[in-house]
Amino acid sequence: MIPLSYFLILSAVLFVLGAVAFFVKRDLITMFMAVEVMLNAANLAFITFAKSASSIDGQIIVFFIITVAAAEAAVGLAIILLIFRQKKTIKSEDIKLMKG
Amino acid sequence: MTDIFWLIPFIPALSTLILAIFGQKLPKKYISFQACFAVFASFVISVISLVGLLQTSPENYPLVKNLFSWIHAGSFKADLSFQLDPLSAVMALVVTGVGFLIHVYSVGYMANDKSYSRYFTYLNLFTFAMLILVMSSNVVLMFVGWEGVGLCSYLLIGFWFEKHSAANAGKKAFIVNRIGDAAFIIGIFFILIYVGSGEFTAINSAISGGAITQGVATLIAVLLFVGAVGKSAQIPLYVWLPDAMEGPTPVSALIHAATMVTAGVYMVSRMNLLYTLSVDAAQVVAVVGAVTAIYAATMALTQNDIKRVLAYSTISQIGYMFIGCGVGAYAAGMFHLYTHAFFKSLLFLAAGSVMHALSGELDMRKMGGLRKYLPLTYPTFLIGAIAIAGIPFLSGFFSKDAILTHAFASGQYFVWALGILGAVLTAFYMFRLIFLTFHGKERMTPEVKKHIHESPPAMTVPLVILAFFSIVAGFIGLPVVFGKNLNWFGHFLEPVIKKSHEAHLTLGTEWLLIIISVAVALIGILIAYIFYIKKTQIPHSLVARFPFIYKLLYNKYYVDEIYNATFVNPTIKGSELIYDKFDLKVIDGAVNGTASSAGFFGKILSYFQTGLIKDYALIFLLGAILFIAYLLF
Amino acid sequence: MAQFLFFLLAIVCIASVLGMIISKNQAYNALFLILAFACMGGFFALLDAPFIAVVQIIIYAGAIMILFIFVIMMINLREGLPPERKKRTLYFALGIAVVLIVELILTMKAAFSPLKYGGIEKIGSPTDIGRLLFTEYLYPFEITSILIIAALVGAIVLVKKRDKE
Repeated sequence: MIPLSYFLILSAVLFVLGAVAFFVKRDLITMFMAVEVMLNAANLAFITFAKSASSIDGQIIVFFIITVAAAEAAVGLAIILLIFRQKKTIKSEDIKLMKG
Repeated sequence: MTDIFWLIPFIPALSTLILAIFGQKLPKKYISFQACFAVFASFVISVISLVGLLQTSPENYPLVKNLFSWIHAGSFKADLSFQLDPLSAVMALVVTGVGFLIHVYSVGYMANDKSYSRYFTYLNLFTFAMLILVMSSNVVLMFVGWEGVGLCSYLLIGFWFEKHSAANAGKKAFIVNRIGDAAFIIGIFFILIYVGSGEFTAINSAISGGAITQGVATLIAVLLFVGAVGKSAQIPLYVWLPDAMEGPTPVSALIHAATMVTAGVYMVSRMNLLYTLSVDAAQVVAVVGAVTAIYAATMALTQNDIKRVLAYSTISQIGYMFIGCGVGAYAAGMFHLYTHAFFKSLLFLAAGSVMHALSGELDMRKMGGLRKYLPLTYPTFLIGAIAIAGIPFLSGFFSKDAILTHAFASGQYFVWALGILGAVLTAFYMFRLIFLTFHGKERMTPEVKKHIHESPPAMTVPLVILAFFSIVAGFIGLPVVFGKNLNWFGHFLEPVIKKSHEAHLTLGTEWLLIIISVAVALIGILIAYIFYIKKTQIPHSLVARFPFIYKLLYNKYYVDEIYNATFVNPTIKGSELIYDKFDLKVIDGAVNGTASSAGFFGKILSYFQTGLIKDYALIFLLGAILFIAYLLF
Repeated sequence: MAQFLFFLLAIVCIASVLGMIISKNQAYNALFLILAFACMGGFFALLDAPFIAVVQIIIYAGAIMILFIFVIMMINLREGLPPERKKRTLYFALGIAVVLIVELILTMKAAFSPLKYGGIEKIGSPTDIGRLLFTEYLYPFEITSILIIAALVGAIVLVKKRDKE
């Protein structure tokens, strides 16, 4: 059997990796993917706690998280497409309309 | 009968409100009607209340009507409550009666003025404030009326505010008044401390019950008197009254002859127990009154402006009223207030009529021989002059005689002597005015001469009525020489004015005093006649022989200049200095600094708003880290 | 056996996420991510959540990443973008990474001891999940379905090409 603490540590590591990726990368699509990584790390933590408390509620929550992530990905990608159409770039530094 | 007396102040108040809101749109005829009718209605109610009062037994004095509780803070109460007793009834009758005649006169005098409705609004407002002053049952409400009349005085003196001199005169009146009012307020505070309540009934019972020591009484009495000095234009706070002649003549008649300036006398009479208790304060009152009477009369000798002569005359006559109060003869002082209201307002209104006839000329050097042209104004003016000089059987004779007799009887011979001297001067300057204006050579410019006309009935009818009263009003207060108990006026006021001693002189002494005062009055008239009719070169040679004295008198002893140098200019310079150093730099600096620091911080914060999502997300993350750290530790 | 599986999956997962960070080509990034999601599915299976594991593979690795790939293809960039040039940002990111890791582990430390192996019962069957979805969590379920429709409509409306007037 695997000690559940390993899963938690893994979840933390994945989350941090996702956060770092978000800051380091400069193109929007990869940044978005990093967000998905962070979501998954959270999902892992939820399932771990569901097993530890023998409660199925954790899994239900993950179910909903996955669903919402799907919807968010759809809309987010649509927006990225629009931005590309307008500005012909997906560099995040070029989107500075809200400056100041 | 007496239940409705509290309405007396409120009818003019209602009229003021209506005129203030709708005045611009109402036709002139209606404004005149409403304003005059309001005061007339108050007069009728005053008469009714008087009749009712006479039917009530004096044990029930004063009749108090508490309208509502105004201030109630801990143990301090001040209510909106009015009282009806002989003193307030007399004042109410004077204010509403003479006020009504002056309103009617104003209809004619101000007929062509462009701010007609504003004038009557202010006039009604003044009537309201004055009535509050005289009918209030506690000293706090009286102070409300006191301030109110001061305000209206400012508004009405500076009525033609486009004229620089008028605006300045209004300011001067208000500011000098305020100096007196400051002392008055402190006096009120002391009353509240030592008596616990502002009600006059409470104050009187505290004094007669011995709760107030003589020292405290002196303190309060002197403070209140300083307020009266400001309001009633005595030394040293009289300087505003001559300048106040910038206002319309009916205003001078109402405010500066009959009513507002007499508020101080009313106040002293109302607080007569206080002044009887504190002999020193009463002495101060008498001396100030006497000195002012002489002082003002000397200045009236040389003035060439017809209204200024009357202004100094007013200051002088009020001095007489204070003499009366100061020697313990409060009833005599009030009596003189009452008769003075008639003849002084008559004199002012008649002067206004003269000015109206001469298209606004007020310099007596440019008048002369007017009795031919003004058949109604001249006799009424003459009657007023005779009354003020104290010629027997007109009203002024009885009241002035009462004061001087009591002064002599209470042993204040110095005061009496000043009073007699003042009588000479009074007769002299009044008849100088008459002779210069109505007799002698005609010195008007041909322009003015073409337009001379007698005044319209709206102006002359009040003159006639006032002249009538100037003649007969004295008969309600006959002195002892004519019969023992003929002083109805004094008797009427007795429940309110409790004298500590009764003046007792032999009949012979009284007759002697009367003869002396009549004699000096006639001497004054004779001298004036010689100077200005018979040998008109005498005044000029006197001026040539005593240029210094003449200059001193003509320039009003340079008091205005002295005040300017010692008080006014330093204050102005000081405030300019403070404005520069403090107001501009510190206060504006603080306000502007707040604004600019807000901008500064905003600029700093805007560095954080780069528009890049990465930076925003970074701040999210930092926040989350800090929060987790907070939860951990 | 399970331990070995776990470590294998863990290494692959972390390696693919790292690869996603390092690679400059977006298509490669997407593929790395699919691999990572597959490993996640494995983890869920190890944790007695079979239904969720399958859902993860189908939806995440299957649907969502395909969306990503569609968009990447549509955008069709010739060259990738180099990562952040400034060294300062890199160090800053590393610094934050360290801080965050430490914090998170500290936070979870309290939960480590009771969590040795978790509960015995098998809880993740579809039957159980389905029953809960339609009783206790019915409300969020319905709302989520509305959310999906909204996202659908929204995405279509957003991307519709305007007719040239």
